[in-house]
Amino acid sequence: MATAAALAAMPPRDTHRRMLIATVIMAALFAVAPFVGIYPVFLMKALCFALFACAFNLLLGYGGLLSFGHAMFLGTAGYVSAYAAKGWGLPPELAILLGTAAAALLGVVVGALAIRRQGIYFAMITLAIAQMMYFFYLQTPFTHGEDGIQAVPRGKLFGVIDLTDTLTIYYVVLAIFLIAFVFIYRVIHSPFGQVLKAIRENEPRAISLGYDADRYKLLAFVLSATLAGLAGAVKAIVFQLASLTDVHWSMSGEVVLMVLLGGMGTIFGPVVGAFVIIALENYLSPYGQWVTIITGVIFVICVLAFRRGIVGEVSAWWERRRG
Amino acid sequence: MQALYGQLLIGLINGAFYAMLSLGLAVIFGLLNIINFTHGAQYMMGAFCAWFLLTKAGIGYWWALLLTPIAVGAFGALIERTMLARLYKLDHLYGLLLTFGLALIVQGLFRNEFGSSGLPYQIPPELSGGLDLGFMFLPKYRAWVIVASLIVCVSTWYVIERTKLGRYLRAATENPALVQAFGINVPRMVTLTYAFGVGLAALAGVMAAPIYQVNPLMGADLIIVVFAVVVIGGMGSIMGSILTGFGLGVVEGLTKYFYPEASNTVIFVIMVIVLLIKPAGLFGRER
Repeated sequence: MATAAALAAMPPRDTHRRMLIATVIMAALFAVAPFVGIYPVFLMKALCFALFACAFNLLLGYGGLLSFGHAMFLGTAGYVSAYAAKGWGLPPELAILLGTAAAALLGVVVGALAIRRQGIYFAMITLAIAQMMYFFYLQTPFTHGEDGIQAVPRGKLFGVIDLTDTLTIYYVVLAIFLIAFVFIYRVIHSPFGQVLKAIRENEPRAISLGYDADRYKLLAFVLSATLAGLAGAVKAIVFQLASLTDVHWSMSGEVVLMVLLGGMGTIFGPVVGAFVIIALENYLSPYGQWVTIITGVIFVICVLAFRRGIVGEVSAWWERRRG
Repeated sequence: MQALYGQLLIGLINGAFYAMLSLGLAVIFGLLNIINFTHGAQYMMGAFCAWFLLTKAGIGYWWALLLTPIAVGAFGALIERTMLARLYKLDHLYGLLLTFGLALIVQGLFRNEFGSSGLPYQIPPELSGGLDLGFMFLPKYRAWVIVASLIVCVSTWYVIERTKLGRYLRAATENPALVQAFGINVPRMVTLTYAFGVGLAALAGVMAAPIYQVNPLMGADLIIVVFAVVVIGGMGSIMGSILTGFGLGVVEGLTKYFYPEASNTVIFVIMVIVLLIKPAGLFGRER
């Protein structure tokens, strides 16, 4: 899934500065958003999904691996942190940490299995394992089946910051998102990220240069699973709920769509994609099945006519204009 | 013992559907290099098409068996010509994404129209009732499904492995450019192959209509199990797909009898084990 055009148009140092400026602008926009009448609960939902999509983009956009089961990491972390906070009464920071660790562990196991096959098989294997996890969470007692784990306490972060206040928890979520976002940016531009891109472009060649492709792919998979888990853990604490929706295959499809729509292999694409899709779902929720239908239509349009996604198209247009 | 035979029978029935669906997926993948995510939705369309023919036009089961695959196959050909054909030069994953989007559209439209509760479809009068085999009661319709799907699977195998048409098809799978150079119309063959695979899914849908209820989501979860079946069998061999399909259906049926809690997941667990031992699948070749 090469987005070679987007990468080729990247002189390194200049780009880093521009990215820094863009990130600061994005952070500032999010920081003032609740004061210009945007509902903080909507923003938190969008931020959780933006983090989920960024984590997914690390694997798809830079590793070239299409996982069709990423909901299992979101959902697993959600269940574990919800249970830790409610069942064991742990403070939110520990609950989130435990949930994220659970997703990382699952990422190691699933990743080691799935990278044994490539391309289309990789997608089918991750989808099948995610479906297995779905049935597991459906049947196991601690998740309360269809009801999910409800009324998860938000608690006090580090014992002092009261998360029951909506605005406080919003800034906590924003801080977590920004830290993870910058971390992903660093990973992508590290030597590790460069090797990963090399493997995506030409795996046999990367192997012939002495890189252990499987190890890089596994590490990328685990990183992506961990960050997806972080998104799921935060989401469970924020919305005080962990349910089957987050492990269902349609959630895995949704994150693919966010990344595809925003722009695969771009830094800001997944954030844009997540906000567009979450906003769309918000507006369309009274119309029942139309959400599914429009989601499908966006998929088809993106694949047929719009493969670079919103951010990819905008930056290509920008490059053309500058000549 | 009665219950065990009953579960074995259900296992064989499920296996028949796994076999027909994974066969279609394998044929499509062989030539188009696309995993058809719409396969489950097309199976569902088959069942609905039969239901429509019966309730709106009074056309019964036997004609539905013939007309439905043609209608849904034509729909498939249209999709291949207008959409999939633009993707062959791109990464194979785009085909998966496109067909996933199409599946969402089709399932969403049907759910809008029919809700998510099932519609009943009568067993045709010739096949209602059953036979008492002494050790168990065998409903005639279920026996028919197993026999009919075996015939369909084996004839597909025969056409692909033993006839001239099948030889063209296999040659085009290996090297489409060369086959085209010999004067075979490969793009048309690709369209017909996709339509055939889709038609097979629709046929499975018609056969499933009297057993399961006709429901907009009947194919959604099934397709994921069929993906696992395809990973287990490997898509290299036609006979392999058939054997894996029936075999896994039986295994699932036995699990339902001996350890019902695992019956939903047993196929996925087998997939994991197969990946550990033989990553290319039981009948697959590393490519």
